[in-house]
Amino acid sequence: MKKATRQAYGEALEKLGHKNSNVVVLDADLSGSTKTAIFKKSFPERFFNMGIAEANMVDTAAGFSQVGKIPFASTFSMFGAGRAFEQVRQSMAYQKANVKLVTTHGGISVGEDGGSHQSIEDVAIMRTIPNMTVIVPADATETEKVINAIAEYVGPVYVRCSRMDTEILFDENYHFEIGKGNLLKDGDDVTIIANGLMVEEALKAQQMLSEKKISAAVINMACIKPIDKELIVKYAKKTGAIVTAEEHSYIGGLYGAVSEVVSKEYPVRMDYVAMEDQFGKSGKPEELMRYFNLTAEAIVKKAEALYSSKK
Amino acid sequence: MEERVQRLTELANELRVDILAMLVKSQSGHPGGSLSVIDVMTALYFEIAKIKKGDPNWVDRDRVVLSKGHVTPALFSVFAKLEFIEKKELMTFRQLNSRLQGHPDKKCPGVEVATGSLGHGLSMANGMALGLKMDGKPNRVFAILGDGEIQEGQVWEAAMAAAHYKLDNLIAVVDHNRLQIDGWVESVMTVSPVDEKFRAFGWEVLTIDGHDMNQILEAFEYALTIKNRPTVIVAHTVKGKGVSFMENQAKYHGTAPKMDEFKKALEEWNITDFDFSIFE
Ligand SMILES: Cc1ncc(C[n+]2csc(CCOP(=O)(O)OP(=O)(O)O)c2C)c(N)n1
Repeated sequence: MKKATRQAYGEALEKLGHKNSNVVVLDADLSGSTKTAIFKKSFPERFFNMGIAEANMVDTAAGFSQVGKIPFASTFSMFGAGRAFEQVRQSMAYQKANVKLVTTHGGISVGEDGGSHQSIEDVAIMRTIPNMTVIVPADATETEKVINAIAEYVGPVYVRCSRMDTEILFDENYHFEIGKGNLLKDGDDVTIIANGLMVEEALKAQQMLSEKKISAAVINMACIKPIDKELIVKYAKKTGAIVTAEEHSYIGGLYGAVSEVVSKEYPVRMDYVAMEDQFGKSGKPEELMRYFNLTAEAIVKKAEALYSSKK
Repeated sequence: MEERVQRLTELANELRVDILAMLVKSQSGHPGGSLSVIDVMTALYFEIAKIKKGDPNWVDRDRVVLSKGHVTPALFSVFAKLEFIEKKELMTFRQLNSRLQGHPDKKCPGVEVATGSLGHGLSMANGMALGLKMDGKPNRVFAILGDGEIQEGQVWEAAMAAAHYKLDNLIAVVDHNRLQIDGWVESVMTVSPVDEKFRAFGWEVLTIDGHDMNQILEAFEYALTIKNRPTVIVAHTVKGKGVSFMENQAKYHGTAPKMDEFKKALEEWNITDFDFSIFE
């Protein structure tokens, strides 16, 4: 079954609205797309459309947090992390405001809207800011768990959801915790660390590798910051080779975050499947994922190469 | 003169001494905009806003957002007088590990929101005002902006939103001292007519002499009665107000006075009993 993580976000938010009357939601004229409209329908008095003014939206959310509300602010990833970067830094992160900036339409899988709307830098931008927690959920199940977890957590959080419908990978027993990665498949020869849409590809790659008698471990690293150092080091030691996979520039995102841990704690061979240093473009989402080599096949290729270079 | 007008005028002048003393000690910070806004801030913190001496976290307090965050000398001089911090702590301003950071930081009791990057305050004030309204709280939110600061586009996003959401529990003040860093506001980037701009955005607009305590109090008190829309008080002020050689000088935006300048100011104010041991 398929469901977009943005849809799961909207539904989780609405459920959260029933449980917690302090939750307020802000959007910047994209509530139909970000799915905050689902919340708005049930709780119109707790929904605030701020118009096409993302900077103001993020700071207004910070204001709400100062009087005891739990604001969720949503727009596209590009505008949340891009247009409002300095608002996130000054008003969310610097003063540890309890604001959840949950963006949708992350990465190139936005599709036809093209490069202007495809954020491939947002995770890097958000991750460099002190005090921030940064999360990229892999599927609808995880998204709901993430939304509940960040509502409990007191502090500034950035979440990136996707527009595209994707496979539901996990069942209700799946556990998400801030600061923890999830080992999805154990293996000995190489480790694949992925997040977001690329987790599904990583799982496919694991299958394909096992047919080639290469035993790959797969880790879902939805939480990029704080990152699960322990798990990374454990699998660096165990497998001696790591491929990261993300729908983001290879600069500063998951590859960057994992490299920072590995280079310091236990250097092993690494490679990435990610956007090269370039912008996206218009096309169908699936088409773009292939065009930019964000596929299981690409992961297999990199994993095989790393595996053979180990010998 | 009304008793409270005289009391607050005197208090503001007392705080002017503290502002300069902090700056002489730190040799870093912003005198000009502190001196232009201190009359308004004195009226606000000591008469208009519901604020409890010695209790910065009082739950029923009104909220003051210092959007022009660089005037921490003004803010902290007020906080010391309100016993949110000890007066001697003023001498740690801008020093390593002080709670009195260069720009408002929540480490310091009394700071409602961190500011310093210009253009954020009104938006945050909106969020606070919306949240307080939602909870049926009678409290007000006050935001203090600079006239250069309103060149930031976000201020107008916030102005639009405040009127849209009919935030009559929000009162903004523009400290219209006509100077910014690079010189006269009107030569750097024209902001006038400030009153008509806010009026066009749906605000109630009051224009006053921001050094006339009577006018300041009247304006705030009138603003408290306005329903269904936010109010802005455009306070015409003089940057560096109170020190002859600092008045209307762009240079004193961000240049701390030296000791001899401080002594000159004390002379102008006929203050002969200043206790210089605080600098030791
Ligand atoms: C976003 C941002 N840009 C630039 C600055 C640097 N800066 C600090 S104060 C100032 C001038 C402010 O002028 P105004 O708002 O008129 O304040 P006042 O004259 O009352 O001190 C500038 C440009 C800043 N703090 N934030």
